[in-house]
Amino acid sequence: MLKVLDSAVPIACWSCSIGHNDSTLFCPHCSKIQPPPGGDFYQVFGLDRRFTIDLPVLEHEFHRLSRKVHPDRFARAEENERQWSLADTALLNDAYRTLKDPLHRTEYLLKLEGAEIGEEHSGKERKDPSRVPADLLEEVFDLNMQLEEMRMARKMGEDDPALEASLSQAKSKFDGLLVAVDQELVAQWTAWDAGDATVRKTAQKTMVSLLDRRRYLSNLVRDVTETLGSTTSSQR
Amino acid sequence: MAESNLTGRVVGIDLGTTNSLVAYMEGDAPVVIPGVDGTNLVPSVVALDPVPAGGGRPTVTVGNTARKALIETPERVIYSVKRLMGRGLEEIQDELRMFPFRLAEDVEAGEVPRIQLGELRFTPPEISAYILRQLKRNAERFFGAPVTQAVITVPAYFNDAQRQATKDAGRMAGLEVLRLVNEPTAAALAYGLDRAKVGTIAVYDFGGGTFDISILKLRDGIFEVQSTNGDTHLGGDDIDNLLLTIALDEIYAEHGVNLRSHPGAVQALRKAAIEAKINLSTEQATQFDIELPNGDRYQREIPREVFEMLIEPVLERTAGPCKRALSDAGLTPEQIDEVVLVGGSTRIPAVRQLVDDLFHLKGRGKKPHTELNPDEVVALGAAVQADILAGASKSTEEMLLLDVTPLSLGIEALGGTVARIIQRNSTIPASATEHFTTGVEGQTNVAIHVVQGERELASDCRSLARFDLKGIPPMSAGLPRIEVKFLIDADGILRVTAREQRSGQAAKIEVKPTYGLTDEQVESMILDSFDHAEEDFAKRLLIEARNEAETILAAVERAPESPAWAFLTGEEQAAVAAARDRLSAVKLGEDPAAIRDATLALDQATRRFAELMMEAAVTTAIRGKTMTEAGENLGEAVTAPHAMAPAEFK
Repeated sequence: MLKVLDSAVPIACWSCSIGHNDSTLFCPHCSKIQPPPGGDFYQVFGLDRRFTIDLPVLEHEFHRLSRKVHPDRFARAEENERQWSLADTALLNDAYRTLKDPLHRTEYLLKLEGAEIGEEHSGKERKDPSRVPADLLEEVFDLNMQLEEMRMARKMGEDDPALEASLSQAKSKFDGLLVAVDQELVAQWTAWDAGDATVRKTAQKTMVSLLDRRRYLSNLVRDVTETLGSTTSSQR
Repeated sequence: MAESNLTGRVVGIDLGTTNSLVAYMEGDAPVVIPGVDGTNLVPSVVALDPVPAGGGRPTVTVGNTARKALIETPERVIYSVKRLMGRGLEEIQDELRMFPFRLAEDVEAGEVPRIQLGELRFTPPEISAYILRQLKRNAERFFGAPVTQAVITVPAYFNDAQRQATKDAGRMAGLEVLRLVNEPTAAALAYGLDRAKVGTIAVYDFGGGTFDISILKLRDGIFEVQSTNGDTHLGGDDIDNLLLTIALDEIYAEHGVNLRSHPGAVQALRKAAIEAKINLSTEQATQFDIELPNGDRYQREIPREVFEMLIEPVLERTAGPCKRALSDAGLTPEQIDEVVLVGGSTRIPAVRQLVDDLFHLKGRGKKPHTELNPDEVVALGAAVQADILAGASKSTEEMLLLDVTPLSLGIEALGGTVARIIQRNSTIPASATEHFTTGVEGQTNVAIHVVQGERELASDCRSLARFDLKGIPPMSAGLPRIEVKFLIDADGILRVTAREQRSGQAAKIEVKPTYGLTDEQVESMILDSFDHAEEDFAKRLLIEARNEAETILAAVERAPESPAWAFLTGEEQAAVAAARDRLSAVKLGEDPAAIRDATLALDQATRRFAELMMEAAVTTAIRGKTMTEAGENLGEAVTAPHAMAPAEFK
């Protein structure tokens, strides 16, 4: 690919022909809407690449840009401006959706920085036992046994309050571990945002494995919640 | 009303299951445009008139007139067609059981179902197009100018095919649909207009045939939908059907009469069921009292408690979507600042109680919003959105609606599982880019199956379309890299583009929508395409103006027979005669505005005569009335209808 992903490459505005950076939704000179820019989601908002984001500022900026770029503002415009408004708004919405969510944002920035991470929203479950975090192996094994037992009991229409209590207890434990992971992630964000190249490299690696751990834990919690949930609803 | 430059006005339309309305922005407030009979609601009922004596295509009537035909010629009338919009044959089996839809006999699976109406067949979008055309005409009559652009509302939970079918209907009716707006969001716009608020609101929209719940965040004029959920087959219709089924069963058990084989009688019973339901919103009990074809009477009292017990399962079905919407928005009921009630079914006290429970309102000293008429609020909101799109008004320039897609978009992956590419409740427009490659040496086609829904297996989701990427340059298996961009536009409708990246060639896409009409089919179904043309609009205005002129001339012709005539001075009589002669002359011309002016002049000239006639006929004189109005009150004295009564155009 010959395209240089350098936002300093000037592009001429279709309307006034004055050059501008390829990261803007509007021409800085004549304010006309531009075709979707080639930059990343951070550039859409004019933000530096950082894990920590001021959410109220992001929301405010999202609303400000939406007012200008949304298809509602171009309902009676020329066909090409209408198409650009649609594409630009889709980009703006995709960018906002990704950046406002801490996990999506973390994954996105890690990818931008070249890290290889698992897909969170591919719809595929990760039940690969080799991915069980080493420190949790034993507990996860026990928990899965209990879950299986619980589902069987449900199927037979039996109640097992002891098992239920034990599962609830496990759930709170894993919930606690999730909170710990999130706190650790935030600490790594801060380190990365302020650090030099070496610090960033270490932080990135840590974040990738934290994300893996998090994914595993949240799937587990979801399974337990589902099993417990079906129990309570069938008791009604 | 006959201002000069009103062309280019965008109207807002609520195309409802039971009733439809058209509204527009008058200054800074939305207003519903009444129909020819002066009522705001146009029943979503379409009837086919009898075949004309000389043969030819029978005319189609819409609204109250069509509803009257429901009992006499039920086989020529259709209602609740919205339930069939954008749906395939296998999806509408329930509807066919519960509603008197008669499918054309030759409908095959995979086709858009066609409805038999008398001797003709129509697709659901065509039926909707007749309703839309009626609303368009009502608006044109009101403005005295053509209306060609509209915003149309759809249930928030409508899928891609149902939205596309609605847009198709607009096109068939000669309307450019500038935007489809979700009904609950439209309602929020209508409520949010006069108060710039900050807060989180829930819109509970329980209409004739659909249920929606939407949760929105309001801030500085931005209406940002957080989540939406619903059921496109749940509404007041279901409650009517419950009552109807019970009555039919009881009639059969007690009187041995099977009314199910009398479509007209079923319609009469349905009407009674609807009345009973409405009564029970204000009364503690109501009566069924129906005369059966064999002369027997079916009489039954329904206390409100029985009714509430009966409908509980239907109402309970709205609770699940509300809870899911809250959970998707990451909110607890306590975090909802306000609840807005929309749709006629929210008049039922048990529904209000359920909403109160769901959002913990009473405990927080809150009440749901019901200030705006629940039947009209969606149309009013559509008018607000129309005004935003027209971009011409100060009152809406700060407002912006950011809506979401109700259902996740996915593609079928290996093994029939779904790979989700756009999550539900994503703000629209939204996009996703996916890469595909070939599996076989030299393969030039790749098939992609797009589905909508939340289930894990593609076969459990709603099939949207199958795309065939064609013209891929022959390469080794796995080498081509086809980039496919999926974009959900601001109407919630999917658009797809593709490009082979190695060759830089745009791959050709052949879209086969799973349900829906092709562009050519829509084109061929456009109702009297002359509706578009300005000159034909002028022709229609001319006919209308002439009819009005005829009406008043006929009334004036008979004026000397009235004793009141003698009370006019010679001067006054001469003035009437002059105005009459002038109208008779102008009427032959081609200018509808001139004819209307002359009609108005004659109406004014007869003002005193009308007053005298009133005095002669009734003791209380009604001052300041024109002949037109006097005629209305005194049908006997002046036999002509309202001079300004609209002519019927078919």
